[in-house]
Amino acid sequence: MDPILLIVFLPLLAAIIGGLGNRALGNTAVKVLTTGALFIACALSWPIFLGFVSGQSHEHTVSVLQWVQSGSLKFDWAFRVDTLTAIMLVVVTTVSALVHLYSWGYMDEDPDQPRFFAYLSLFTFAMLMLVTADNLVQMFFGWEGVGLASYLLIGFWFKKPSASAAAIKAFVVNRVGDLGFMLGIFGTFLVFNTVSIPEILVRAPAMAGSTIHFLGGEWDTMTILSILLFIGAMGKSAQLGLHTWLPDAMEGPTPVSALIHAATMVTAGVFMVCRLSPMFQTSPVAMDVVTYVGAATLLFAATIGTTQWDIKRVIAYSTCSQLGYMFVAAGVGAPGAAMFHLFTHAFFKALLFLGAGSVIHAMHHEQDMRFYGGLRKHIPLTFWAMMAGTLAITGVGIVDVVGLAGFYSKDSILEAAYASHSVAGSFGFWMGIIAALLTSFYSWRLMFLTFWGKPRWDQSEHVQHAVHDDHHGHGHAKHDDGTAGYHPHESPLSMLIPLGLLSLGAVIAGLLFHHEFISAGTGHFWQGSVTFSEELIHRMHGVPTWVKWAPFGVMITGLGIAWYGYIANPGFPAKFAGAIKPIYTFVYNKWFFDELYDRIFVRPAFWLGDKFWKLGDIGVIDRFGPNGSAWVVAQGSRLASKLQTGFLYSYALVMLLGLTAAITWVLVH
Amino acid sequence: MTIGIEHYVTVSSILFVLGVLGIFLNRKNVITILMSIELILLAVNINLVAFSAFLGDLTGQVFAMFVLTVAAGEAAIGLAILVLYFRDRGTIAVDDVSHMKG
Repeated sequence: MDPILLIVFLPLLAAIIGGLGNRALGNTAVKVLTTGALFIACALSWPIFLGFVSGQSHEHTVSVLQWVQSGSLKFDWAFRVDTLTAIMLVVVTTVSALVHLYSWGYMDEDPDQPRFFAYLSLFTFAMLMLVTADNLVQMFFGWEGVGLASYLLIGFWFKKPSASAAAIKAFVVNRVGDLGFMLGIFGTFLVFNTVSIPEILVRAPAMAGSTIHFLGGEWDTMTILSILLFIGAMGKSAQLGLHTWLPDAMEGPTPVSALIHAATMVTAGVFMVCRLSPMFQTSPVAMDVVTYVGAATLLFAATIGTTQWDIKRVIAYSTCSQLGYMFVAAGVGAPGAAMFHLFTHAFFKALLFLGAGSVIHAMHHEQDMRFYGGLRKHIPLTFWAMMAGTLAITGVGIVDVVGLAGFYSKDSILEAAYASHSVAGSFGFWMGIIAALLTSFYSWRLMFLTFWGKPRWDQSEHVQHAVHDDHHGHGHAKHDDGTAGYHPHESPLSMLIPLGLLSLGAVIAGLLFHHEFISAGTGHFWQGSVTFSEELIHRMHGVPTWVKWAPFGVMITGLGIAWYGYIANPGFPAKFAGAIKPIYTFVYNKWFFDELYDRIFVRPAFWLGDKFWKLGDIGVIDRFGPNGSAWVVAQGSRLASKLQTGFLYSYALVMLLGLTAAITWVLVH
Repeated sequence: MTIGIEHYVTVSSILFVLGVLGIFLNRKNVITILMSIELILLAVNINLVAFSAFLGDLTGQVFAMFVLTVAAGEAAIGLAILVLYFRDRGTIAVDDVSHMKG
């Protein structure tokens, strides 16, 4: 049996058994089952990936069974294993396995653990289905599966109204993107008469320049198809316009956030654009659109990240921003760099989220960074893990020598954007540089607010509750040091092990694999699974020195500003925010996107629904349908019951009258 | 003036109408209803006997005897029911007897 079958189906099996067994199996059994399945899948994935790294493995397709055969529409359940899939396999299974393990500790007190672990495994299965897809429809199956699982997990604490609202929002916003994806699939089938990805990619260049009739106008075929598919990617990868669900997804448990942001779900859009990169390549317009959207998102999200107080929201906007980098890379024709950033980002973003989860765990579910401070000495292991993640995401490293994961991937994207010599590329480059500054600032702001300074825990309601519970009946000691007498505790081993492994990944992933992903002459690594331009790689290496050092410079600048604002001169940020109040308010409220959508879409939809409900449903259908017939029956029976007086003499009278009538009738006839 | 069949029929019709009106117009007492029923039965009896004599056929008179028997039984049972009803409800006013109302 091909290992790919085990990799994909073990999580599904675990999800089914764990989900249906639920309480009958018990917490421990389900946890062992799902976590075990994921670790086996992970152990099987790495050899495949390393096989591609060493050049021994080759692309192959494993067919499972025929799915649809209808006229000229034919496709199978088939798993395509190539370099791109292998990268995604290790990313998805590694992060997912570690998140499973982490959840042992994080969800320890939750009453619904089997359900949670079953959902996690289902989520992983759907993502694996997506990344191994051989045709667009199978990819769409995984795509929707991921959407479903994310809905279930974001709304895991469904008794919380905000959580179930966030789950619905994630689902609905994704549907908007899905519509684009579906239209893209339909259009692709219309044009190519097949949904098989390899065939489409082979035949796409020949279609460049042809036109198609769409929405009453003639359009370039490949442009319209690519943009429709990209709209799908925008929804899943939370790009500007369809990003609003991502920050709200923080309502789910923290391990879920790590899984969504690092490995599954949001990477799906980037993966799809990379997978179809030969197709996107045929339309310069579509490529520019991808670049512009990516560049706009990365700046937009980074600005918001600088103002948020919720530790998870900062990291969420950081994800949004990093995804922008990946799209910029894909848009300037360097999908290799995009995949590399996806690969390294998975490690440090999972690390940051799980680290944030560990902080939240230590601070008794307090998520507001204003109530943290001085945690460095109390939870040192979490601190060092977060430090590794922060160094990686800000891209610490020395050009041409050594660096952390984010250094290699982010720099390669910026170099590719600069080297592409296009307007869109330059736009992407400058936005990327500014966003790198902001990334460094908000990442260090998070670190400084959380781990440095004096404790500010006494203002936190969560901490106060915890202290109150602990000290109940023992009298209240005075604490003037801002700790409120609370003692943060380091997380259990099941949470620290994933943090340690991910820290390792965040530190060395770039160093180990940058040669394979983005160096010249690595065509043998990609094996044609994405477009690979040898020429672009050469130009990337030939960019001016200042371009190579620019990310490093802005990283240091961001660190300096954060240090000044949150360590040296803590009153400064508030003063500065006060000085630019309108801008601050605008950014702090996330550019008023939610309010805008509320006005444009949500309220009109509610208004329309209200009218349909009150006028159409109640006013017409109910009134003349069920309610109308019920009214006729009720009135009729009321009339009939009035005849029923209960008095003997009335009955006798009626009887007599009837008898008389009958006799009269007989006599007359 | 000789007494003809029409006189008998007239008397019996008057009795019959009195009986019917007694049932319908009476709002007071169930006993009155029983008495009205007796009146109706008697009206019928007069008819039966009159026509029997007029046609020279004894069947009518035999039938009248049966009707009298039934009337006696009806009166006995009706009064017995009334007694029980009064014990149960404390009243035999016609307007209070409307348990069959829908």
